[in-house]
Amino acid sequence: MLADKYADRIEEIFAKYPDKRSGIMDLLYLAQEEYGWLSEDALREVAALCDVDPTQAQSIAGFYTMFSEKPKGKYWLQVCTDLPCALRGADQFYRELCEYLGVEDGGTTGDGLFTVEQVMCLAACDRAPMLQCNFHYYENLDMETIKALIEQWRARALEEVPEPGE
Amino acid sequence: MTHILLRDLDIPDIWQFDTYVANGGYEGLKKAVQEHSPQEVIQIVLESNLRGRGGAGFPAGRKWSFIPQDAPIKYVTVNADESEPGTFKDRQLLEKNPHQVIEGAMIAAYAIQAAGVYIYCRGEFWDLAHALEERIEEARQANLVGENVLGSGWTCDVYVHLGAGAYICGEESALLNSLQGLLGQPRVRPPFPAQIGGGLYYQPTVVNNVETLANVPWILVNGADEYKKIGTPQSPGPKIFCMSGHVAKPGNYELPLGITFRELIFEHAGGIRDGKELKAILPSGASGPVLVATDEVLDTPLTYEDVAALGSTLGSASIILMDEDTDMVWAAAKMTHFFKHESCGKCTPCREGTYWLDRIYERLLRGEGTQHDLDMLHVVPKQMAPVTLCALGEFAANPVLSTVTQFPEEYERYIQRSDAPHPEMADAMSTVTRGTTGEVPEAVAEGGA
Repeated sequence: MLADKYADRIEEIFAKYPDKRSGIMDLLYLAQEEYGWLSEDALREVAALCDVDPTQAQSIAGFYTMFSEKPKGKYWLQVCTDLPCALRGADQFYRELCEYLGVEDGGTTGDGLFTVEQVMCLAACDRAPMLQCNFHYYENLDMETIKALIEQWRARALEEVPEPGE
Repeated sequence: MTHILLRDLDIPDIWQFDTYVANGGYEGLKKAVQEHSPQEVIQIVLESNLRGRGGAGFPAGRKWSFIPQDAPIKYVTVNADESEPGTFKDRQLLEKNPHQVIEGAMIAAYAIQAAGVYIYCRGEFWDLAHALEERIEEARQANLVGENVLGSGWTCDVYVHLGAGAYICGEESALLNSLQGLLGQPRVRPPFPAQIGGGLYYQPTVVNNVETLANVPWILVNGADEYKKIGTPQSPGPKIFCMSGHVAKPGNYELPLGITFRELIFEHAGGIRDGKELKAILPSGASGPVLVATDEVLDTPLTYEDVAALGSTLGSASIILMDEDTDMVWAAAKMTHFFKHESCGKCTPCREGTYWLDRIYERLLRGEGTQHDLDMLHVVPKQMAPVTLCALGEFAANPVLSTVTQFPEEYERYIQRSDAPHPEMADAMSTVTRGTTGEVPEAVAEGGA
């Protein structure tokens, strides 16, 4: 449970605001970090921490693009294809990235490692094509650099030995 | 040129507390707190005529002066939800010159005697926001933030709040809702944020853009008169111009307001990529009307008033350039799709209108558009724009109306062709399409014809 495992962090979050409800976005991030995505159980847990109804937690989770109510790949790649990026080749970059990973628009690779999506403007228009991987920015990309990154991420994932019982 | 805002270009490690202080950092806050009353600080910023850099251009000092002084709890909220396509200036400020933003926010907080400052960062600024918390802690350790600031008896802490990916949260009342853990949708106004009942936790609140606040320390140190020597009388000060699209040297350029499009594009930003001709300019990201790059436009000074006189808006000065080969129907489709995705769904005209427009563009991109579709591109935006709670309805109308009226022949060619010009993009648009049939109802179609 988040409340036991992250008691200090939760306390820090609530200390920022005059009410508990304002901590809901931070707590949804925490839950997503812990469980990988926001299941109904996770939403209920966050709702209880913030003293709101589970439906309210669900409406917040559904409103924003950085919360996911579905499992995602270990590496969640969001490529900006808005106009400024598209003027610098982001559409073609996105298509080639999908082809390289062998997925459709918005799809996840068979090994569960990569989810690829288009996303709205990320405020990095001068460094397109660019993407966000698990909330970190990678900019001024071409297929060569992204392929190297993907292979690095893939190798790192293979090296990780699952915990006993996992 | 010495920069006032993008000081990292002159002093690369200005993000470090010691470097910032060694270069005059926090002198503006000290001057405000130790030499001026809160009222005097508001007066100085009023006299400087510093205008809001987030898009609306509203004078910052006037915003501050609206706060009722006798209200027991007041807040400052920093709008760092930078999400307008083509805008990436606040990110550079927060990443490379963060203490100046913190200092500006604290001066604003002193001026209205705020109990707290919340910096609302868009969620994608994840790394930046966590670094910002460390910078705030440095300021706290130096007694510039927190309890009894500089021994003045005034206590005010600064907090970072992370959004999670929603353009609408850059709209100030939606931002306040989002911060409060409510759905990030705009509020009915009045009451306005500065009024009791309208702000953060329904207390009087100043909401300022990052760049606006970054101007404030310099104004306190150098005075309003010095500030007004930069720029033009109605649009004083330096401005960060975000250059993107088909520009040769994309990036941020800090220059005085009042320089012309031509100077900015060709003298500073290297002109157009690959030696092509400039066709069209979006001066304020996706949300302002597109301008055809005529000589008249290129010789127009970049000020709030002059760009407005051209029928567009300076907005946050996120300048997207499009060269001679740019397909304007495709460009308008991109922007329409953005607004359709980002419409928060609260007001029916915007929720449905952006959806209908998105479907029309999807048909055009498939080569399935009709004359009726083109007619609807004139009708739907006009019915949607003036009747929504916030400006998103108007923003979404702008790229459509400004292209359909200025590039009618490009639209005509789309409905005459039998092939599909952009099938992949049309597919991508339809994958995120859900809900009703997407057809414009007859009552709407006839009402605007």
